[in-house]
Amino acid sequence: MSDILFLRNARLLGTPVDLIARDGVIAAIGEHGTLDTPADATVHDAGGLILFPSFIDAHVHLREPGFEYKEDIASGLDAAAHGGFGAVMCMANTRPVNDDAAVTRHIIETALRHWPHGPRVYPVGAATVGLKGTELAPMAELAAAGCAAFSNDGAPVPDTEMFRRAVEYAADLGRVVIDHCEDPYLAKGAHMNEGATSGRVGVKGQPDVGEALHVARDILLADYLGLPIHLAHISCRRSVELIAWAKVRGVPVTAETCPHYLILDDTALENYDTNAKVNPPLRTPDDVAALREAVKSGVIDMFVTDHAPHAAHEKETPLDEAPNGISGLDTAVALTWGLVREGLLTEGDLVRLWNREPARVFGLPRNGFEPGDPADFFLFDPDEAWVVSRETMHSKSCNTPFLGHTLTGRVKAHWMDGRRIA
Amino acid sequence: MQNETRSLWPHKDLLDVDQLSKDELLHLLDTAAQFHEINRRPVKKVPTLKGKSVILFFAEPSTRTKTSFDVAGKRLSADTFSLAKSGSSLQKGESLKDTALTLEAMNPDVLVIRHSSSGAARFLAERLACGVVNAGDGWHAHPTQALLDCYSLRQVWGDTFEGRTLCILGDIAHSRVARSNVKLLTSLGVRVRLCAPRTLLPAGVGNWPVEVFTDLDAAVRDADAVMCLRLQLERQQAGLLPDLREYSNRYCLTPRRLELAKPEARVLHPGPMNRGLEIASSIADAPASLVLDQVAAGVATRMAILFLLATRTDGGR
Repeated sequence: MSDILFLRNARLLGTPVDLIARDGVIAAIGEHGTLDTPADATVHDAGGLILFPSFIDAHVHLREPGFEYKEDIASGLDAAAHGGFGAVMCMANTRPVNDDAAVTRHIIETALRHWPHGPRVYPVGAATVGLKGTELAPMAELAAAGCAAFSNDGAPVPDTEMFRRAVEYAADLGRVVIDHCEDPYLAKGAHMNEGATSGRVGVKGQPDVGEALHVARDILLADYLGLPIHLAHISCRRSVELIAWAKVRGVPVTAETCPHYLILDDTALENYDTNAKVNPPLRTPDDVAALREAVKSGVIDMFVTDHAPHAAHEKETPLDEAPNGISGLDTAVALTWGLVREGLLTEGDLVRLWNREPARVFGLPRNGFEPGDPADFFLFDPDEAWVVSRETMHSKSCNTPFLGHTLTGRVKAHWMDGRRIA
Repeated sequence: MQNETRSLWPHKDLLDVDQLSKDELLHLLDTAAQFHEINRRPVKKVPTLKGKSVILFFAEPSTRTKTSFDVAGKRLSADTFSLAKSGSSLQKGESLKDTALTLEAMNPDVLVIRHSSSGAARFLAERLACGVVNAGDGWHAHPTQALLDCYSLRQVWGDTFEGRTLCILGDIAHSRVARSNVKLLTSLGVRVRLCAPRTLLPAGVGNWPVEVFTDLDAAVRDADAVMCLRLQLERQQAGLLPDLREYSNRYCLTPRRLELAKPEARVLHPGPMNRGLEIASSIADAPASLVLDQVAAGVATRMAILFLLATRTDGGR
């Protein structure tokens, strides 16, 4: 195989293009038919499929080390590669917790061993030791080992003083703290959103104000400190309204949300579907509407999957015994493509939400289509319909409420460093 | 009767009352009335379900409901087998799915389940070929309780439920009895009032087809019946109530308060009662009380349910 790729007749934001990648970077790009085929190039005819830069998922759980029966780094990256993701940021709630540079190095080295050309892994270090929220983790060592950000995801920090110090300390290292916004008292013992559905089906819920309270706390802290805070998996209108207010004031907060919050509401739990159990929980149709507006307008900066694989036996239980989490890497791009098909978003919006903004917020290498950019991109068939099933998912786990759904739009080929990875 | 039964009873399982049509409900209540008569005979046993087996799987403590199902099954000559959570493999960490599959491998005709998880009965019904009766799942549903309450009220009211007013008093938020009764009684045209401190009202209760009160006097005024719910003592520990004395002062159904209801008003309680906490002892023992009628109605109603589920597929065998 030569190191030159000639990709012919791909559609980039509506324009048919040809692209030449050489030595892992984009050498030339031009309108279809304007570039000569290099002498010893591998030619791939895209047949008019959509060309996207490899997407970035700033919030995944790869489960390794410690929970390899749910997912491991190799299988998680397999799902990423086939799902259109060239970079993932993996959370620290592994066993042991990623609060030690040795764990960070293990994650990065394991990823490189299995997927030498990518998808790339950017670990998110624990903000506090053991995610316990009582002592700061050795963030400088973790950053030096490769942690791209810090978070207590999965175990919110109720102690605002501790959280403040984590934000300050991380800022010295040029890192952002990602906060899982949740009031642990209001969320205690909950298995879904608190509202009409939880009252009807008799399940303890957590009110959306528990999330919004911590969003408000973080906004006020970011404003006071003048330091950035990133708000994880925003799920409700109240949070969106607070973030919009913060952005008007120029407060340095950024925010993410997940495809499932834009598509499903808490009625998905009416029949106790454990695959729809996730934290934060699916909210109401009004929250879905608010989040849709927010990703369109930019109040929410980026999409993430919050890929949270769990083994089948863990989810085949009554609702209150099942763990939280949705496996998302395999389905995310098709789900958000659905929002393009509905007319809510454009192809350009997807590039902004899945690539440009996460790269900007977390300081990751940019991959666009300028000559010299890394040759990291994928071809996407906007019309192919496929059924979400065990067989069509690359993740080790298939805990998704979209199981059995027919999605439209599919990743057909994925290159990183100019090499085919999927 | 067999043919009629098959045509009127399409359900493999009884998970909640809202799966029943009006005709099915009346058929069930009429069937229960026939069985009620058996319970008054000197020899209280008929061979109707001879050779059928009923497993009573109570993963949550229960004496009354379990005994009621046990008596119901035995009076119909079904073999009943009990399994409790303590001492069972569930306590040894076996999943509900595996326990259920194990029980089903023993080929019961009906499995009766009580479980602390809302949705547990549905979880089993989706996985098992035998009939599943929900004997209470978490805070979600307790259909046989609502049916026996309905049966008890029918003995007093006849078939005129429309326009009656019933007040359910107590811990609505955590009550499967309240949820099933609201569904069943409102479907019959009863005006249902719920009364509890706000901390014990369910989320979204404003959308239920009921009137909501936090003041007991207002809630019971001119009611045709008052249903008191058992207050679980752990609600106080969970911070939902200041203390039990204060709860009792505000929400105990006393003779003075019951006087605000209609003179002929009846009082129900699913049991077990906390005398002096949610219901005054003198009311529990008064002629207005249907508490013991409910117990008798429970056996008859559960006989009807076991009969309808266990004989459903006979024609096809």
